[in-house]
Amino acid sequence: MPRFLARRLGQALLVVAGVVVLTFAVMRLVPGDPAVAFAGPKATPEQLAAARARFGLDDPLPVQLWNYVRGLLAGDWGISLRTRRPVRDDLYLAFPASLELVGAALAVAVAAGISLGVLAARHNRRLPDLGVRLGSVLAVSVPVFWLALAMQTVFAGNLGWFPVAGEYDSSLDTTSPLTLWTNITIVDALITGNWPIFTSTLWHLVLPALVVAAYPTGVIAQMTRAALIEESGQDHARLERALGFGETSILTKFALRPALNPVLSLIALVFAYAIVNGFLVEAVFNWPGLGRYAADSIRSLDTPAIAGVTLLVALVYVLANLVVDLVQGFVDPRTRAR
Amino acid sequence: MTDVTPLGRRLPRLPDGFAALGAVLIVAVVLAAVLAPWLAPYPPDEPRPLERLLPPSGAHWFGTDQVGRDVLTRILYGGRTSLLIAGAVLGVSAVAGVALGVVAGYAGGRVRDVIMRVTDVFLAFPALLLSLALAVVLQPGVNTVILAIAVTWWPWYARLAASVAASVATRPYVDAARCLGVPAPLIILRHVLPNSLTPVLVQLSLDVGGVILTSAALSYLGLGAQEPVAEWGLMVQQGQTLFSTNWWVVTFPGLAILVTAFAFNVLGEGLRNALDPRRAVR
Repeated sequence: MPRFLARRLGQALLVVAGVVVLTFAVMRLVPGDPAVAFAGPKATPEQLAAARARFGLDDPLPVQLWNYVRGLLAGDWGISLRTRRPVRDDLYLAFPASLELVGAALAVAVAAGISLGVLAARHNRRLPDLGVRLGSVLAVSVPVFWLALAMQTVFAGNLGWFPVAGEYDSSLDTTSPLTLWTNITIVDALITGNWPIFTSTLWHLVLPALVVAAYPTGVIAQMTRAALIEESGQDHARLERALGFGETSILTKFALRPALNPVLSLIALVFAYAIVNGFLVEAVFNWPGLGRYAADSIRSLDTPAIAGVTLLVALVYVLANLVVDLVQGFVDPRTRAR
Repeated sequence: MTDVTPLGRRLPRLPDGFAALGAVLIVAVVLAAVLAPWLAPYPPDEPRPLERLLPPSGAHWFGTDQVGRDVLTRILYGGRTSLLIAGAVLGVSAVAGVALGVVAGYAGGRVRDVIMRVTDVFLAFPALLLSLALAVVLQPGVNTVILAIAVTWWPWYARLAASVAASVATRPYVDAARCLGVPAPLIILRHVLPNSLTPVLVQLSLDVGGVILTSAALSYLGLGAQEPVAEWGLMVQQGQTLFSTNWWVVTFPGLAILVTAFAFNVLGEGLRNALDPRRAVR
């Protein structure tokens, strides 16, 4: 286990280094002068020179890369050209809102996906199975921004069951202000006992979370079904059948645990995908997360902010994969060998 | 094994026509895209201010959009854009990825390690994210979309090809060729490559839907195809404020994306079950 741990950590560090270099390279390709974007079109040559000096744009590229890496390590993610605040502070506010949305969506997706996978495997090739398979292919094929618009129009606009947009009713900020601990609104509202904001956030979460959950639910249901059907053809399932266990209890008592191993590694993949898919959903539902921040940054060609978002999501992805590999290596020693 | 269940719980086994349905839909979508200039009832980019936002009718089956263009016509032309993007992205990714992957798989050792670490870096960026960053940096347009998605897509092919090629490289006929003194490039080209292609073809068919969804998402964000090009994601974006009042402007382009992605996904799954029995689930 220690050797596996060391090798896997080393790999992850290498990937992180590559991610940093690639992010830097992409950002250097930007047309236009970041100094102009920061100082404004009417800046005097002196102001431009000051901006260039401030961002180190006169240095040779390797020096800029070195400074960039040093800054990242020291917690300096650059200064947003748009909000004029440190990118790190902006991300610190936006990321928790995305986590809230994606966390809620994944909770729904894991519960629904595994249940539907069990249902489909139990009735392999029969009506419920075909229904689940059809539904799961549709869920992975639907354009998420279109689904978001449709749900918003129908359930918030026409029927008025749910709020149209936002994270919670902003008038609550004055009547029952929220004390921030984790910056994740729903968690903070829960631990400080702020029920008005808690229920309002929960209510606002329903539609965007369901939309983000569609894709992972479909993938998890398909994967669970496939793994369960394979498991239920194994020798141990024959033994259990001979011992008189019914098909349902074979699936849920014996086949489900080994079948969940591939599903677990899938969740890491789906997690990062859901964050980025969430960008589109955040744009529709005006959710104050990374996606809205990225969209605003893109519109104003705010390179440090875009680099920050890109880097953060890539790091989250590497971390999620690392955690899953380590957990799997711990649970199932066979996966430690490459 | 479900046949041992008690009679009372048994539901009829149904024929599985998903793959066939996918194939039929794909033929329809491709034909519609190729024949768009002949099938389309109106010119694709001619604004008619007097015919703005007409609901679906005999003259305009899918209605007209905010500048009076026929929605059905633009969907037919949009299919050309989407299929062109998907073809170009997958062509570039498969060629680049398979070339690197086959070399990595055959050579093994250090070469493979280096190439796989490079793919790890690219895979750490979810496709839409790196495409987003690239699309900001470059001029938005169809070519940028192709480049941006291809950059994030090739590593999957490199990994797939590497793992297949590594197992092909241990086959007796490859050993035989090596013993006969056939140079490595020729072995790769004549023996390893052709025998590594089946999983790649299956993956290609599975990926068309994903590429179409990603390119539509980029267009929806305004980073992809630009007016007056007909593109489904762009049509949804431009009509989104009209959803509650003029549903057809947004609904039909979205359905076009859904149906196309669905068709390629089910066909890909069917192909995988037929051609790659190891990973098949029945």
